[in-house]
Amino acid sequence: MRIGRTEKIIHHIVLICLGLIFILPLLWMLVASIDSSAIQALKIPEKYTLKNYMGILSDPSIIRSFLIGIFLSGGQSIIVVIVSILAAYPLSRYKPSYKKSFLYTILFLTSLPMTAVIVPVFQMFLLFNFVDKLWAVMLFTAGTSLPYAIWMMKNFMDSVPIELEESAWIDGASVWGGIRRVIAPLMLPGTFTVLIFTYTGSWGNFFVPYILIQSPEKMPASVTIFQFFGNYGLVNYGELAAFSVLYSAPVVILYYLSQRYMSKGFSLGGATKG
Amino acid sequence: MEVTPNASSKKKMSDNTKSSIFLSPALILLLIFFLTPMLLTIVFSFTNLALTGSQAQNIKFVGFDNFIQMFNDAQLYNSIGKTLLFVLFSAILGQCLLGFLIAFLMKGKNAAFRRAIGITVIAAWVTPEIVVGFSWVAFLGDNGTLNSIITALSGIEPIAFLFEYPMVSVVLANIWRGTAFSMMAFQAALDDIPLEVEEAAVMDGASRWRIVRNITIPIVKGTITTNLMLVTLQTLGVFTLIYAMTGGGPGNATMTLPVYMYQQAFVSYQLGYGTAISLVILIIGALFSLLYMRFLKVKV
Repeated sequence: MRIGRTEKIIHHIVLICLGLIFILPLLWMLVASIDSSAIQALKIPEKYTLKNYMGILSDPSIIRSFLIGIFLSGGQSIIVVIVSILAAYPLSRYKPSYKKSFLYTILFLTSLPMTAVIVPVFQMFLLFNFVDKLWAVMLFTAGTSLPYAIWMMKNFMDSVPIELEESAWIDGASVWGGIRRVIAPLMLPGTFTVLIFTYTGSWGNFFVPYILIQSPEKMPASVTIFQFFGNYGLVNYGELAAFSVLYSAPVVILYYLSQRYMSKGFSLGGATKG
Repeated sequence: MEVTPNASSKKKMSDNTKSSIFLSPALILLLIFFLTPMLLTIVFSFTNLALTGSQAQNIKFVGFDNFIQMFNDAQLYNSIGKTLLFVLFSAILGQCLLGFLIAFLMKGKNAAFRRAIGITVIAAWVTPEIVVGFSWVAFLGDNGTLNSIITALSGIEPIAFLFEYPMVSVVLANIWRGTAFSMMAFQAALDDIPLEVEEAAVMDGASRWRIVRNITIPIVKGTITTNLMLVTLQTLGVFTLIYAMTGGGPGNATMTLPVYMYQQAFVSYQLGYGTAISLVILIIGALFSLLYMRFLKVKV
Protein backbone atom coordinates (compact mmCIF):
# COMPACT_ATOMS: atom_id res chain seq x y z
CA MET A 1 0.00 0.00 0.00
CA ARG A 2 1.25 3.47 -0.83
CA ILE A 3 1.70 5.53 2.23
CA GLY A 4 2.92 9.05 2.81
CA ARG A 5 6.55 9.86 3.53
CA THR A 6 5.92 11.25 7.02
CA GLU A 7 3.81 8.25 7.90
CA LYS A 8 6.56 5.94 6.75
CA ILE A 9 9.10 7.75 8.95
CA ILE A 10 6.75 7.52 11.95
CA HIS A 11 6.33 3.78 11.34
CA HIS A 12 10.08 3.31 11.34
CA ILE A 13 10.58 5.37 14.49
CA VAL A 14 7.85 3.45 16.36
CA LEU A 15 9.34 0.12 15.29
CA ILE A 16 12.87 1.14 16.25
CA CYS A 17 11.67 2.25 19.70
CA LEU A 18 9.84 -1.05 20.18
CA GLY A 19 12.91 -2.95 19.01
CA LEU A 20 15.02 -1.11 21.60
CA ILE A 21 12.56 -1.90 24.39
CA PHE A 22 12.62 -5.53 23.35
CA ILE A 23 16.39 -5.77 23.20
CA LEU A 24 17.30 -3.89 26.41
CA PRO A 25 16.57 -6.60 29.04
CA LEU A 26 18.42 -9.23 27.01
CA LEU A 27 21.27 -6.92 26.13
CA TRP A 28 21.89 -6.41 29.84
CA MET A 29 22.23 -10.16 30.26
CA LEU A 30 24.72 -10.49 27.41
CA VAL A 31 26.83 -7.53 28.46
CA ALA A 32 26.75 -8.27 32.21
CA SER A 33 27.95 -11.81 31.53
CA ILE A 34 31.30 -10.53 30.20
CA ASP A 35 31.62 -7.59 32.60
CA SER A 36 34.12 -8.04 35.43
CA SER A 37 32.08 -5.69 37.64
CA ALA A 38 28.51 -6.17 36.45
CA ILE A 39 25.76 -4.17 38.13
CA GLN A 40 21.97 -4.28 37.88
CA ALA A 41 21.83 -1.72 35.09
CA LEU A 42 23.13 -1.96 31.56
CA LYS A 43 26.56 -0.33 31.26
CA ILE A 44 29.64 -0.56 29.12
CA PRO A 45 32.08 -2.89 30.92
CA GLU A 46 35.30 -1.30 32.09
CA LYS A 47 36.98 -4.65 31.80
CA TYR A 48 35.85 -7.59 29.70
CA THR A 49 36.23 -11.00 31.27
CA LEU A 50 35.32 -14.65 30.88
CA LYS A 51 35.57 -15.13 34.61
CA ASN A 52 31.79 -15.25 35.05
CA TYR A 53 31.53 -18.10 32.57
CA MET A 54 34.47 -19.88 34.16
CA GLY A 55 32.79 -19.57 37.54
CA ILE A 56 29.65 -21.29 36.25
CA LEU A 57 31.42 -23.91 34.15
CA SER A 58 33.79 -24.92 36.94
CA ASP A 59 30.92 -25.78 39.28
CA PRO A 60 30.43 -29.55 39.00
CA SER A 61 26.86 -29.40 40.33
CA ILE A 62 25.88 -26.94 37.61
CA ILE A 63 27.50 -29.09 34.93
CA ARG A 64 25.63 -32.08 36.33
CA SER A 65 22.34 -30.17 36.20
CA PHE A 66 22.97 -29.37 32.54
CA LEU A 67 23.59 -33.06 31.82
CA ILE A 68 20.41 -34.02 33.67
CA GLY A 69 18.54 -31.39 31.68
CA ILE A 70 19.87 -32.84 28.42
CA PHE A 71 18.93 -36.33 29.58
CA LEU A 72 15.39 -35.34 30.61
CA SER A 73 14.62 -33.17 27.59
CA GLY A 74 16.38 -35.48 25.13
CA GLY A 75 14.66 -38.58 26.46
CA GLN A 76 11.31 -36.86 26.50
CA SER A 77 11.72 -35.63 22.91
CA ILE A 78 12.72 -39.05 21.60
CA ILE A 79 9.76 -40.73 23.29
CA VAL A 80 7.41 -38.06 21.99
CA VAL A 81 8.71 -38.30 18.42
CA ILE A 82 8.46 -42.11 18.25
CA VAL A 83 5.05 -42.33 19.90
CA SER A 84 3.60 -39.44 17.91
CA ILE A 85 4.80 -40.86 14.56
CA LEU A 86 3.15 -44.18 15.44
CA ALA A 87 -0.05 -42.41 16.49
CA ALA A 88 -0.11 -40.09 13.50
CA TYR A 89 0.20 -42.92 11.00
CA PRO A 90 -3.27 -44.48 11.41
CA LEU A 91 -4.83 -41.06 11.94
CA SER A 92 -3.47 -40.00 8.59
CA ARG A 93 -3.75 -43.27 6.62
CA TYR A 94 -6.57 -45.38 8.02
CA LYS A 95 -10.15 -44.54 8.75
CA PRO A 96 -10.87 -45.98 12.19
CA SER A 97 -14.41 -45.30 13.34
CA TYR A 98 -13.16 -43.35 16.35
CA LYS A 99 -10.84 -41.10 14.34
CA LYS A 100 -12.93 -37.96 14.64
CA SER A 101 -13.57 -38.19 18.37
CA PHE A 102 -9.92 -39.08 19.01
CA LEU A 103 -8.68 -36.05 17.10
CA TYR A 104 -11.11 -33.73 18.82
CA THR A 105 -10.00 -35.06 22.20
CA ILE A 106 -6.35 -34.50 21.24
CA LEU A 107 -7.09 -30.97 20.12
CA PHE A 108 -8.99 -30.30 23.34
CA LEU A 109 -6.08 -31.63 25.42
CA THR A 110 -3.52 -29.45 23.60
CA SER A 111 -5.05 -26.32 25.00
CA LEU A 112 -5.54 -27.31 28.64
CA PRO A 113 -3.27 -25.42 31.04
CA MET A 114 -1.02 -28.25 32.27
CA THR A 115 0.16 -26.18 35.21
CA ALA A 116 -3.14 -27.12 36.79
CA VAL A 117 -2.63 -30.88 37.04
CA ILE A 118 0.69 -30.74 38.89
CA VAL A 119 -0.90 -31.13 42.33
CA PRO A 120 -2.68 -34.43 41.60
CA VAL A 121 0.34 -35.59 39.60
CA PHE A 122 2.51 -34.98 42.64
CA GLN A 123 0.07 -37.01 44.72
CA MET A 124 0.14 -39.78 42.12
CA PHE A 125 3.95 -39.73 42.19
CA LEU A 126 3.89 -40.03 46.00
CA LEU A 127 1.47 -42.92 45.78
CA PHE A 128 3.55 -44.93 43.31
CA ASN A 129 6.86 -43.84 44.79
CA PHE A 130 7.79 -42.00 41.59
CA VAL A 131 8.99 -38.80 43.28
CA ASP A 132 12.65 -38.15 42.45
CA LYS A 133 12.62 -40.76 39.65
CA LEU A 134 13.92 -39.07 36.51
CA TRP A 135 12.37 -41.62 34.15
CA ALA A 136 8.94 -41.01 35.68
CA VAL A 137 9.31 -37.26 35.24
CA MET A 138 10.39 -37.89 31.67
CA LEU A 139 7.34 -40.04 30.93
CA PHE A 140 4.99 -37.54 32.54
CA THR A 141 6.33 -34.60 30.53
CA ALA A 142 6.26 -36.79 27.41
CA GLY A 143 2.59 -37.50 28.07
CA THR A 144 1.75 -33.83 28.46
CA SER A 145 3.52 -32.78 25.25
CA LEU A 146 2.10 -35.70 23.27
CA PRO A 147 -1.25 -34.19 22.19
CA TYR A 148 0.33 -31.25 20.40
CA ALA A 149 3.04 -33.46 18.90
CA ILE A 150 0.46 -35.92 17.52
CA TRP A 151 -1.50 -33.02 16.06
CA MET A 152 1.56 -31.54 14.32
CA MET A 153 2.82 -34.93 13.17
CA LYS A 154 -0.55 -35.87 11.67
CA ASN A 155 -0.61 -32.63 9.67
CA PHE A 156 2.90 -33.30 8.39
CA MET A 157 2.00 -36.87 7.46
CA ASP A 158 -1.11 -35.77 5.60
CA SER A 159 1.19 -33.91 3.23
CA VAL A 160 3.11 -37.09 2.28
CA PRO A 161 1.21 -38.52 -0.73
CA ILE A 162 -0.10 -42.04 -0.14
CA GLU A 163 0.80 -43.01 -3.73
CA LEU A 164 4.48 -43.12 -2.80
CA GLU A 165 3.71 -45.61 -0.08
CA GLU A 166 1.52 -47.66 -2.40
CA SER A 167 4.33 -48.03 -4.89
CA ALA A 168 6.52 -49.37 -2.10
CA TRP A 169 3.80 -51.86 -1.22
CA ILE A 170 3.64 -52.99 -4.85
CA ASP A 171 7.35 -53.65 -4.58
CA GLY A 172 6.54 -55.96 -1.71
CA ALA A 173 7.07 -53.73 1.30
CA SER A 174 5.17 -54.31 4.52
CA VAL A 175 3.49 -51.52 6.53
CA TRP A 176 6.66 -51.15 8.57
CA GLY A 177 8.81 -51.17 5.44
CA GLY A 178 6.64 -48.43 3.99
CA ILE A 179 6.93 -46.32 7.10
CA ARG A 180 10.66 -46.84 7.37
CA ARG A 181 11.62 -46.40 3.75
CA VAL A 182 9.05 -43.92 2.46
CA ILE A 183 7.35 -42.00 5.25
CA ALA A 184 10.25 -41.53 7.65
CA PRO A 185 12.64 -39.90 5.15
CA LEU A 186 9.95 -37.59 3.77
CA MET A 187 8.83 -36.72 7.27
CA LEU A 188 12.31 -35.70 8.36
CA PRO A 189 11.61 -31.94 8.44
CA GLY A 190 8.36 -32.51 10.32
CA THR A 191 10.04 -34.89 12.73
CA PHE A 192 12.77 -32.36 13.45
CA THR A 193 10.18 -29.69 14.06
CA VAL A 194 8.39 -31.84 16.62
CA LEU A 195 11.71 -32.87 18.17
CA ILE A 196 12.98 -29.32 18.53
CA PHE A 197 9.62 -28.02 19.68
CA THR A 198 9.40 -30.66 22.40
CA TYR A 199 13.02 -30.22 23.41
CA THR A 200 12.82 -26.44 23.80
CA GLY A 201 9.56 -26.69 25.72
CA SER A 202 11.06 -29.26 28.03
CA TRP A 203 14.38 -27.44 28.50
CA GLY A 204 12.54 -24.35 29.66
CA ASN A 205 10.17 -26.25 31.93
CA PHE A 206 10.87 -25.18 35.48
CA PHE A 207 7.65 -25.99 37.31
CA VAL A 208 7.41 -29.76 36.75
CA PRO A 209 10.94 -30.74 37.89
CA TYR A 210 10.74 -28.14 40.68
CA ILE A 211 7.77 -30.04 42.13
CA LEU A 212 8.47 -33.65 41.17
CA ILE A 213 12.21 -33.82 41.87
CA GLN A 214 13.41 -33.28 45.41
CA SER A 215 17.04 -34.35 45.67
CA PRO A 216 19.33 -31.43 44.84
CA GLU A 217 21.65 -33.76 42.91
CA LYS A 218 18.86 -34.72 40.49
CA MET A 219 17.73 -31.21 39.56
CA PRO A 220 17.97 -30.14 35.90
CA ALA A 221 19.41 -26.77 34.87
CA SER A 222 16.02 -25.03 34.90
CA VAL A 223 15.81 -25.57 38.67
CA THR A 224 19.46 -24.99 39.57
CA ILE A 225 19.43 -21.65 37.78
CA PHE A 226 16.43 -20.66 39.89
CA GLN A 227 18.21 -21.70 43.08
CA PHE A 228 21.32 -19.83 41.97
CA PHE A 229 19.17 -16.74 41.45
CA GLY A 230 17.68 -17.15 44.93
CA ASN A 231 21.09 -17.55 46.59
CA TYR A 232 23.39 -15.23 44.65
CA GLY A 233 21.14 -13.50 42.11
CA LEU A 234 21.12 -10.14 43.81
CA VAL A 235 24.81 -10.21 44.63
CA ASN A 236 26.61 -11.75 41.73
CA TYR A 237 25.00 -10.29 38.62
CA GLY A 238 27.85 -11.29 36.35
CA GLU A 239 27.62 -15.00 37.11
CA LEU A 240 23.82 -14.98 37.05
CA ALA A 241 23.97 -13.41 33.58
CA ALA A 242 26.57 -15.93 32.41
CA PHE A 243 24.48 -18.82 33.76
CA SER A 244 21.42 -17.40 31.98
CA VAL A 245 23.28 -17.10 28.68
CA LEU A 246 24.60 -20.67 28.94
CA TYR A 247 21.17 -21.96 29.88
CA SER A 248 19.40 -20.08 27.07
CA ALA A 249 21.97 -20.89 24.39
CA PRO A 250 20.73 -24.40 23.48
CA VAL A 251 17.16 -23.29 22.79
CA VAL A 252 18.29 -20.22 20.86
CA ILE A 253 20.53 -22.39 18.66
CA LEU A 254 17.79 -24.99 18.17
CA TYR A 255 15.31 -22.28 17.27
CA TYR A 256 17.72 -20.89 14.72
CA LEU A 257 18.25 -24.35 13.19
CA SER A 258 14.56 -25.13 13.08
CA GLN A 259 13.41 -21.83 11.65
CA ARG A 260 13.05 -23.02 8.10
CA TYR A 261 11.01 -26.06 9.10
CA MET A 262 9.09 -24.43 11.89
CA SER A 263 6.80 -22.20 9.84
CA LYS A 264 5.12 -25.20 8.20
CA GLY A 265 3.89 -27.08 11.20
CA PHE A 266 3.74 -24.23 13.59
CA SER A 267 1.61 -21.65 11.80
CA LEU A 268 -1.89 -21.24 13.08
CA GLY A 269 -3.17 -22.13 9.64
CA GLY A 270 -1.40 -25.47 9.76
CA ALA A 271 -2.98 -26.33 13.07
CA THR A 272 -6.53 -25.60 12.05
CA LYS A 273 -6.67 -26.01 8.28
CA GLY A 274 -9.34 -23.50 7.44
CA MET B 1 -7.47 -52.78 -7.66
CA GLU B 2 -6.78 -51.73 -4.12
CA VAL B 3 -3.12 -51.61 -3.24
CA THR B 4 -2.28 -52.98 0.17
CA PRO B 5 0.97 -53.44 2.06
CA ASN B 6 2.48 -56.87 1.99
CA ALA B 7 1.44 -58.55 5.21
CA SER B 8 2.91 -61.81 6.40
CA SER B 9 -0.50 -63.11 7.42
CA LYS B 10 -3.09 -62.89 4.70
CA LYS B 11 -5.79 -62.24 7.27
CA LYS B 12 -7.23 -58.78 6.74
CA MET B 13 -7.27 -56.63 9.80
CA SER B 14 -9.91 -53.97 10.14
CA ASP B 15 -8.89 -50.31 10.18
CA ASN B 16 -9.91 -50.15 13.82
CA THR B 17 -7.63 -53.00 14.89
CA LYS B 18 -4.66 -51.74 12.88
CA SER B 19 -5.14 -48.21 14.16
CA SER B 20 -5.39 -49.38 17.74
CA ILE B 21 -2.03 -51.12 17.49
CA PHE B 22 -0.33 -47.95 16.27
CA LEU B 23 -2.13 -45.79 18.78
CA SER B 24 -1.55 -47.99 21.82
CA PRO B 25 1.74 -46.43 23.04
CA ALA B 26 0.21 -42.96 22.80
CA LEU B 27 -2.97 -44.12 24.52
CA ILE B 28 -1.06 -45.72 27.39
CA LEU B 29 1.03 -42.59 27.98
CA LEU B 30 -1.95 -40.28 27.74
CA LEU B 31 -4.00 -42.51 30.00
CA ILE B 32 -1.42 -42.76 32.77
CA PHE B 33 0.13 -39.34 32.70
CA PHE B 34 -2.62 -37.12 31.37
CA LEU B 35 -6.09 -38.47 31.95
CA THR B 36 -5.44 -40.12 35.33
CA PRO B 37 -4.16 -36.87 36.87
CA MET B 38 -7.15 -35.05 35.46
CA LEU B 39 -9.53 -37.56 37.00
CA LEU B 40 -7.54 -37.45 40.24
CA THR B 41 -7.99 -33.68 40.20
CA ILE B 42 -11.70 -34.22 40.44
CA VAL B 43 -11.44 -36.97 43.08
CA PHE B 44 -8.88 -35.23 45.30
CA SER B 45 -10.74 -31.97 45.29
CA PHE B 46 -13.36 -33.75 47.42
CA THR B 47 -10.80 -34.93 50.01
CA ASN B 48 -8.99 -33.42 52.96
CA LEU B 49 -5.66 -34.53 51.48
CA ALA B 50 -2.74 -32.87 53.23
CA LEU B 51 0.99 -33.40 52.82
CA THR B 52 2.07 -33.57 56.44
CA GLY B 53 0.64 -34.19 59.87
CA SER B 54 -2.06 -36.58 60.95
CA GLN B 55 -4.19 -35.94 57.88
CA ALA B 56 -1.48 -37.32 55.64
CA GLN B 57 -2.21 -40.90 56.67
CA ASN B 58 -5.96 -41.06 56.49
CA ILE B 59 -7.38 -39.37 53.44
CA LYS B 60 -11.06 -38.71 54.01
CA PHE B 61 -13.74 -37.66 51.61
CA VAL B 62 -15.00 -34.36 52.82
CA GLY B 63 -17.76 -33.89 50.28
CA PHE B 64 -18.08 -30.32 49.15
CA ASP B 65 -16.05 -28.91 52.07
CA ASN B 66 -13.28 -27.66 49.81
CA PHE B 67 -15.76 -25.97 47.56
CA ILE B 68 -17.62 -24.44 50.50
CA GLN B 69 -14.27 -23.23 51.77
CA MET B 70 -13.63 -21.79 48.32
CA PHE B 71 -16.86 -19.85 48.35
CA ASN B 72 -15.79 -18.21 51.59
CA ASP B 73 -12.17 -17.73 50.59
CA ALA B 74 -11.60 -14.06 49.92
CA GLN B 75 -8.12 -14.83 48.58
CA LEU B 76 -9.60 -17.12 45.93
CA TYR B 77 -11.81 -14.32 44.62
CA ASN B 78 -8.80 -12.06 44.73
CA SER B 79 -6.80 -14.62 42.74
CA ILE B 80 -9.52 -15.10 40.15
CA GLY B 81 -9.61 -11.33 39.75
CA LYS B 82 -5.81 -11.11 39.45
CA THR B 83 -5.78 -13.93 36.90
CA LEU B 84 -8.41 -12.25 34.78
CA LEU B 85 -6.54 -8.92 35.00
CA PHE B 86 -3.30 -10.64 34.07
CA VAL B 87 -4.89 -12.40 31.09
CA LEU B 88 -6.81 -9.34 29.93
CA PHE B 89 -3.89 -6.93 30.04
CA SER B 90 -0.93 -9.13 29.19
CA ALA B 91 -2.53 -11.47 26.66
CA ILE B 92 -5.51 -9.82 25.06
CA LEU B 93 -4.67 -6.12 25.22
CA GLY B 94 -0.92 -6.55 25.39
CA GLN B 95 0.38 -9.38 23.24
CA CYS B 96 -2.39 -9.48 20.65
CA LEU B 97 -2.63 -5.74 20.15
CA LEU B 98 1.10 -5.09 20.20
CA GLY B 99 1.72 -8.13 17.99
CA PHE B 100 -0.80 -6.81 15.49
CA LEU B 101 0.66 -3.30 15.63
CA ILE B 102 4.20 -4.54 14.97
CA ALA B 103 3.08 -6.83 12.15
CA PHE B 104 0.99 -4.03 10.66
CA LEU B 105 3.76 -1.44 10.81
CA MET B 106 6.22 -3.92 9.34
CA LYS B 107 4.12 -4.64 6.28
CA GLY B 108 5.77 -3.42 3.12
CA LYS B 109 8.99 -2.31 4.85
CA ASN B 110 12.50 -3.16 3.80
CA ALA B 111 13.24 -6.87 4.36
CA ALA B 112 16.45 -6.32 6.35
CA PHE B 113 14.71 -3.82 8.60
CA ARG B 114 11.83 -6.22 9.21
CA ARG B 115 14.27 -8.96 10.04
CA ALA B 116 16.20 -6.83 12.51
CA ILE B 117 13.08 -5.76 14.41
CA GLY B 118 11.65 -9.30 14.18
CA ILE B 119 14.77 -10.82 15.74
CA THR B 120 14.59 -8.57 18.81
CA VAL B 121 10.96 -9.53 19.41
CA ILE B 122 11.50 -13.24 18.75
CA ALA B 123 14.62 -13.35 20.94
CA ALA B 124 12.41 -12.46 23.92
CA TRP B 125 10.05 -15.28 23.02
CA VAL B 126 12.77 -17.92 22.59
CA THR B 127 14.43 -17.10 25.92
CA PRO B 128 13.40 -19.56 28.67
CA GLU B 129 10.67 -18.23 30.93
CA ILE B 130 12.77 -18.31 34.07
CA VAL B 131 15.53 -16.27 32.45
CA VAL B 132 12.91 -13.76 31.33
CA GLY B 133 11.95 -13.51 34.99
CA PHE B 134 15.53 -12.68 36.09
CA SER B 135 16.11 -10.26 33.23
CA TRP B 136 13.00 -8.33 34.19
CA VAL B 137 13.77 -8.33 37.90
CA ALA B 138 17.10 -6.73 36.98
CA PHE B 139 15.59 -4.45 34.34
CA LEU B 140 12.97 -3.08 36.75
CA GLY B 141 15.23 -3.07 39.83
CA ASP B 142 15.95 0.06 41.88
CA ASN B 143 19.35 0.33 40.21
CA GLY B 144 18.19 -1.38 37.04
CA THR B 145 18.34 -0.27 33.43
CA LEU B 146 14.86 1.26 33.33
CA ASN B 147 15.42 3.33 36.46
CA SER B 148 18.78 4.57 35.26
CA ILE B 149 17.17 5.68 31.99
CA ILE B 150 14.32 7.40 33.85
CA THR B 151 16.71 9.12 36.24
CA ALA B 152 18.97 10.25 33.42
CA LEU B 153 16.04 11.67 31.45
CA SER B 154 13.93 13.25 34.16
CA GLY B 155 16.05 13.29 37.30
CA ILE B 156 13.33 11.74 39.46
CA GLU B 157 14.13 9.22 42.18
CA PRO B 158 14.27 5.53 41.20
CA ILE B 159 10.91 3.76 41.36
CA ALA B 160 10.66 0.35 43.07
CA PHE B 161 8.50 -1.08 40.29
CA LEU B 162 8.25 -4.60 41.69
CA PHE B 163 6.99 -3.29 45.03
CA GLU B 164 4.92 -0.34 43.99
CA TYR B 165 3.50 -1.63 40.71
CA PRO B 166 3.90 -5.43 40.92
CA MET B 167 0.95 -6.30 38.66
CA VAL B 168 2.06 -3.81 36.02
CA SER B 169 5.56 -5.30 36.21
CA VAL B 170 4.52 -8.92 35.61
CA VAL B 171 2.07 -7.84 32.91
CA LEU B 172 4.82 -5.92 31.08
CA ALA B 173 7.23 -8.84 31.37
CA ASN B 174 4.63 -11.23 30.00
CA ILE B 175 3.77 -8.93 27.10
CA TRP B 176 7.48 -8.68 26.34
CA ARG B 177 7.85 -12.45 26.45
CA GLY B 178 4.79 -13.42 24.42
CA THR B 179 4.31 -10.76 21.75
CA ALA B 180 6.40 -12.62 19.16
CA PHE B 181 3.81 -15.39 18.89
CA SER B 182 1.04 -12.96 17.95
CA MET B 183 3.38 -10.93 15.75
CA MET B 184 4.34 -14.00 13.69
CA ALA B 185 0.72 -15.11 13.35
CA PHE B 186 -0.38 -11.65 12.18
CA GLN B 187 2.60 -11.24 9.88
CA ALA B 188 1.65 -14.43 8.06
CA ALA B 189 -1.97 -13.32 7.81
CA LEU B 190 -1.23 -9.76 6.71
CA ASP B 191 1.26 -10.87 4.09
CA ASP B 192 -1.49 -12.94 2.50
CA ILE B 193 -3.63 -9.87 1.78
CA PRO B 194 -3.08 -8.91 -1.86
CA LEU B 195 -1.71 -5.38 -2.24
CA GLU B 196 -4.31 -4.62 -4.92
CA VAL B 197 -7.17 -4.89 -2.45
CA GLU B 198 -5.86 -2.06 -0.33
CA GLU B 199 -4.62 -0.07 -3.29
CA ALA B 200 -8.06 -0.13 -4.84
CA ALA B 201 -9.48 1.29 -1.64
CA VAL B 202 -6.88 4.07 -1.64
CA MET B 203 -7.88 4.92 -5.23
CA ASP B 204 -11.45 5.23 -4.07
CA GLY B 205 -10.27 7.81 -1.55
CA ALA B 206 -10.82 5.75 1.59
CA SER B 207 -9.01 6.98 4.69
CA ARG B 208 -6.27 4.91 6.32
CA TRP B 209 -8.38 4.14 9.34
CA ARG B 210 -11.32 3.03 7.22
CA ILE B 211 -9.12 0.70 5.20
CA VAL B 212 -7.78 -0.91 8.36
CA ARG B 213 -11.24 -1.19 9.89
CA ASN B 214 -13.21 -2.27 6.85
CA ILE B 215 -10.69 -4.28 4.86
CA THR B 216 -7.64 -5.41 6.83
CA ILE B 217 -9.32 -6.46 10.06
CA PRO B 218 -12.20 -8.40 8.46
CA ILE B 219 -9.71 -10.35 6.32
CA VAL B 220 -7.53 -11.38 9.27
CA LYS B 221 -10.50 -11.97 11.59
CA GLY B 222 -9.89 -15.73 11.67
CA THR B 223 -6.29 -15.24 12.76
CA ILE B 224 -7.37 -12.75 15.41
CA THR B 225 -9.80 -15.23 16.99
CA THR B 226 -7.37 -18.17 16.87
CA ASN B 227 -4.60 -16.07 18.27
CA LEU B 228 -6.76 -14.63 21.05
CA MET B 229 -7.79 -18.07 22.18
CA LEU B 230 -4.33 -19.60 22.09
CA VAL B 231 -2.71 -16.68 23.86
CA THR B 232 -5.46 -16.61 26.50
CA LEU B 233 -4.98 -20.29 27.27
CA GLN B 234 -1.20 -19.96 27.45
CA THR B 235 -1.44 -16.98 29.76
CA LEU B 236 -3.97 -18.63 32.06
CA GLY B 237 -1.38 -21.18 33.14
CA VAL B 238 1.59 -18.82 33.58
CA PHE B 239 3.36 -19.70 36.82
CA THR B 240 7.13 -19.54 36.39
CA LEU B 241 7.38 -15.92 35.28
CA ILE B 242 5.29 -14.58 38.16
CA TYR B 243 6.88 -16.92 40.69
CA ALA B 244 10.39 -15.84 39.68
CA MET B 245 9.56 -12.14 39.61
CA THR B 246 7.36 -11.60 42.67
CA GLY B 247 6.48 -15.00 44.15
CA GLY B 248 2.86 -13.80 44.16
CA GLY B 249 3.63 -10.79 46.33
CA PRO B 250 4.14 -8.28 47.67
CA GLY B 251 1.20 -9.02 49.91
CA ASN B 252 -0.90 -11.03 47.51
CA ALA B 253 -0.73 -8.43 44.78
CA THR B 254 0.26 -10.84 42.00
CA MET B 255 -1.24 -14.05 43.43
CA THR B 256 -2.85 -15.43 40.27
CA LEU B 257 -4.62 -18.80 40.40
CA PRO B 258 -1.57 -20.94 39.46
CA VAL B 259 0.57 -19.23 42.11
CA TYR B 260 -2.21 -19.55 44.71
CA MET B 261 -2.61 -23.22 43.83
CA TYR B 262 1.12 -23.73 44.32
CA GLN B 263 1.08 -21.86 47.62
CA GLN B 264 -1.87 -23.84 49.02
CA ALA B 265 -0.58 -27.22 47.87
CA PHE B 266 3.16 -26.97 48.44
CA VAL B 267 3.70 -24.18 50.96
CA SER B 268 0.64 -24.68 53.19
CA TYR B 269 0.63 -28.41 52.35
CA GLN B 270 -3.13 -28.42 51.68
CA LEU B 271 -3.07 -30.72 48.67
CA GLY B 272 -6.85 -31.25 48.72
CA TYR B 273 -7.59 -27.57 48.63
CA GLY B 274 -4.80 -26.97 46.12
CA THR B 275 -6.40 -29.57 43.88
CA ALA B 276 -9.75 -27.83 44.15
CA ILE B 277 -8.05 -24.67 42.90
CA SER B 278 -6.50 -26.69 40.03
CA LEU B 279 -9.99 -27.75 39.12
CA VAL B 280 -11.04 -24.12 38.84
CA ILE B 281 -8.10 -23.44 36.48
CA LEU B 282 -8.85 -26.55 34.43
CA ILE B 283 -12.53 -25.63 34.13
CA ILE B 284 -11.71 -22.10 32.99
CA GLY B 285 -9.21 -23.58 30.50
CA ALA B 286 -11.67 -26.21 29.27
CA LEU B 287 -14.35 -23.59 28.70
CA PHE B 288 -11.96 -21.47 26.66
CA SER B 289 -10.80 -24.55 24.79
CA LEU B 290 -14.34 -25.59 23.84
CA LEU B 291 -15.13 -22.05 22.81
CA TYR B 292 -12.00 -22.05 20.68
CA MET B 293 -12.89 -25.30 18.90
CA ARG B 294 -16.43 -24.06 18.42
CA PHE B 295 -15.41 -20.69 17.03
CA LEU B 296 -12.95 -22.07 14.55
CA LYS B 297 -15.05 -24.99 13.39
CA VAL B 298 -11.88 -27.06 13.19
CA LYS B 299 -11.97 -29.83 10.64
CA VAL B 300 -10.22 -33.02 11.65
